Amino acid sequence: MIEGPSNLASTLKETPSQTAGPYVHIGLTPTVADVAMRVADALDVLNGAGERMNLEGVVYDGAGAPVTDALLEMYQLDADGAPLWGRAAADFETGLFRFQTVRPADPFVSLLIFARGVNIHLHTRAYLQTDALEADPVLSQMSEDRRSTLIAQPVDANRFRFDIHLQGPKETIFFDV
Amino acid sequence: MSDRPFIPRDRDWHPPSLHPPYRSTVKRAPAARPLAIAPGRAELSGPVFAAETLHPLDHDLIANYAAALGVEAKPIGERLIVHGRVLDENARPIPDCLIEIWQANAGGRYRHVNDSYLAPLDPAFGGCGRCITDGQGRYAFRTIKPGPYPWPNGDNEWRPAHIHLSIFGHALSQRLVTQLYFEGDPLIALCPIVNAIPDQAAVDQLVARLDMAKQAPFDALAYRFDIVLRGRRQTYFENKREGG
Repeated sequence: MIEGPSNLASTLKETPSQTAGPYVHIGLTPTVADVAMRVADALDVLNGAGERMNLEGVVYDGAGAPVTDALLEMYQLDADGAPLWGRAAADFETGLFRFQTVRPADPFVSLLIFARGVNIHLHTRAYLQTDALEADPVLSQMSEDRRSTLIAQPVDANRFRFDIHLQGPKETIFFDV
Repeated sequence: MSDRPFIPRDRDWHPPSLHPPYRSTVKRAPAARPLAIAPGRAELSGPVFAAETLHPLDHDLIANYAAALGVEAKPIGERLIVHGRVLDENARPIPDCLIEIWQANAGGRYRHVNDSYLAPLDPAFGGCGRCITDGQGRYAFRTIKPGPYPWPNGDNEWRPAHIHLSIFGHALSQRLVTQLYFEGDPLIALCPIVNAIPDQAAVDQLVARLDMAKQAPFDALAYRFDIVLRGRRQTYFENKREGG
């Protein structure tokens, strides 16, 4: 099946992950790195059907320091069930990331986190507080204490805060999906 | 769990979250192993990227930065073609995968506001590229060979020459970010980021092979790097086209 020189063995195993490293922005959000390419990109703004909302937060390490090199990707369905994808870099000073999007069709949006020191990306969900949470098959498996790490807090009507803790007593739940 | 469509990720094949010789993992590795769940309906799919949204030079790091600046210049360094295929664990080629790459220049310096290594920037090199796999899962980039560089990890360490890759399959579960290394580089065996990978066979999978048959004569050497993303369980969607 594989002819010529290849890095693959005959039994195919998933390519191992490696950290995205601190310079991830060059490739994934070049203008954030100050590379003058794709200057019109605005990947942190997701355009779809539904009521506009912002989701923002900070990724914290085990010492409580903001992860200022983090890069996040968001994936969700819009009000019509169409998929929306976006990407946002944490602020280099404060660590704040922000997505401008629409309310998801599901009770949650999916988030992937990449950073220096993260050997394989992390997958979590930010749930918005709604009546649907009681019936959610994932949340209903968890203690109140653990599920609280997955629930975004309203700041005002259309603005939600979702902090991510990589370690410690408030460690966010990460998923293998 | 029959409601999980993808072959489970082998967490003993990937580097573990915590690998203390790579110091940055110490405060950033979650203590808990990830919780296995059935995907939600959104997580069964993934973003779709159309080839026509890319610029014709996006795959060509030798030319794309100078072209974006509107200047006539070529980067310093060993000219390379980096190519390969994207397959799933069931040996099916994956078409329409977005592959994004980034790398240091020939001197080991990144064009990034936070990189202050003393090696100079190359005025003709940005270090950023992307392409989409064809119907047979094939991809190709033109670039220059990145240089090794020192980095602080408690003591001074040196990264082997490497190119970072970000790959999207057809579902969020196939998402992968990794790094490719170059055959014969003695720094690979010394690198704490590489050595977070427990199995030498897995390390070997990250080493691109010199591919003389694909060189561009009097222009560029070629290295081949094939990529494997997670496959669907054979019993699930057995008769459906991958990504269908």
